[in-house]
Amino acid sequence: MASLDDLKKRIASVKSTQKITKAMKMVAAAKLRKAQESAEKGRPYSEKMNNIILNLSSGVSDKENAPKLLSGTGNDKVHLCVVMTSDRGLCGGFNSNIIKKAKSYFSKILSEGKELKIITVGSKGNDQLKRMYGDKIIENISFKESKNANYFDADKVGKIVIDKFESSEFDICTIFYNQFKNVITQIPQAQQIVPLNSEDSEDNTSEESYEFEPDEDEILSNLLPKNISTQIFKAMLENSASEQGSRMSAMDNATRNAGEMVDKLTIQYNRSRQAAITKELIEIISGAESL
Amino acid sequence: MSEEFKIEIVNPEKSFLVKDDVSEVVVPAYEGEMGILKDHISIISFLKPGIIKILSKSGDESYYVEDGIVEFKNNTLSILTSSILNIADIDKSKQQDLLKLAEEESNKDKKSDQSNYLINQKIEVLKTLN
Repeated sequence: MASLDDLKKRIASVKSTQKITKAMKMVAAAKLRKAQESAEKGRPYSEKMNNIILNLSSGVSDKENAPKLLSGTGNDKVHLCVVMTSDRGLCGGFNSNIIKKAKSYFSKILSEGKELKIITVGSKGNDQLKRMYGDKIIENISFKESKNANYFDADKVGKIVIDKFESSEFDICTIFYNQFKNVITQIPQAQQIVPLNSEDSEDNTSEESYEFEPDEDEILSNLLPKNISTQIFKAMLENSASEQGSRMSAMDNATRNAGEMVDKLTIQYNRSRQAAITKELIEIISGAESL
Repeated sequence: MSEEFKIEIVNPEKSFLVKDDVSEVVVPAYEGEMGILKDHISIISFLKPGIIKILSKSGDESYYVEDGIVEFKNNTLSILTSSILNIADIDKSKQQDLLKLAEEESNKDKKSDQSNYLINQKIEVLKTLN
């Protein structure tokens, strides 16, 4: 049985932990609002980009000569996976959800006898993956210095992917990230970006014909690399909103749990205090009786 | 009959500019400057470094861009670009910075003709900004 002093100390320490988690929740909530805002602001760009590419690719007449980024290399032997996670912990299941999704995809690919290459974005993903798939990780990128997700960083990742594609180091590229639904729910996503998978995007191509300057092929081959960076940027924005949301709800839970713990400990403390008083009283009374 | 159409400039971070009283826009398209008026045919093109001029009722504006895509459809001009600056915001030092960056890039070797051309274009445009 813990002594009164021990209990007092524990209550104090749980209370201070509660203060920290509460503060972290507040910070996450403030950051979440910002991240959500920039995710919303970034949406028109990627939507417009998608529309233009859809319009263009539906107009490409001969699939044979279409740019490789659109039609693929014709193989599916080497898979490149870009796993995007956060650089900081204490955000609930955020990172492990992505990792779980990615791992199940990895084992599927490996069991099919295909080659796997991994690029990790964010240090947490690298930490969790290097034990099992250390030899498969070819690059680890982390943007600890940049405060917010910005296009410049996304472009860097995009350029790496394109470079690797041009030196034909992979056939299919998939990015893993968390899609932000709301504060409680984030859905881990696997999105194929090379070759472009136009099936899962809704068909809103117009029949209208465009004039192209220069020709379609040249525009497409210019646009597709940009689209990769844009998709990665979109994933980064979704990810940062998800991270803050996830952290907020995790810290909210932690604060509540700490409150419950304080209540429980306080009851225990009061009980043992009362027990000590009662014991003392009994001793005094029985002492007086014996006189 | 109004002779006005809508323009939207978006960059990856936000919607940069939306205006719906534009009478004419001149964009530095890949194959030369292109003036766009109302009821232009639907067109997709991309941009080389240059200056976008927007003429509208509420005042004329100019922007410096390095790259991007233009789409004109149903009297809406959409410009997607990752680098756009209002000419009014570019002062002497900013211009010098950009020029220096561009010159550094042009001094790197191992480049395709196309990127060479774009860099030179960029330097040219930057020099005219004063």
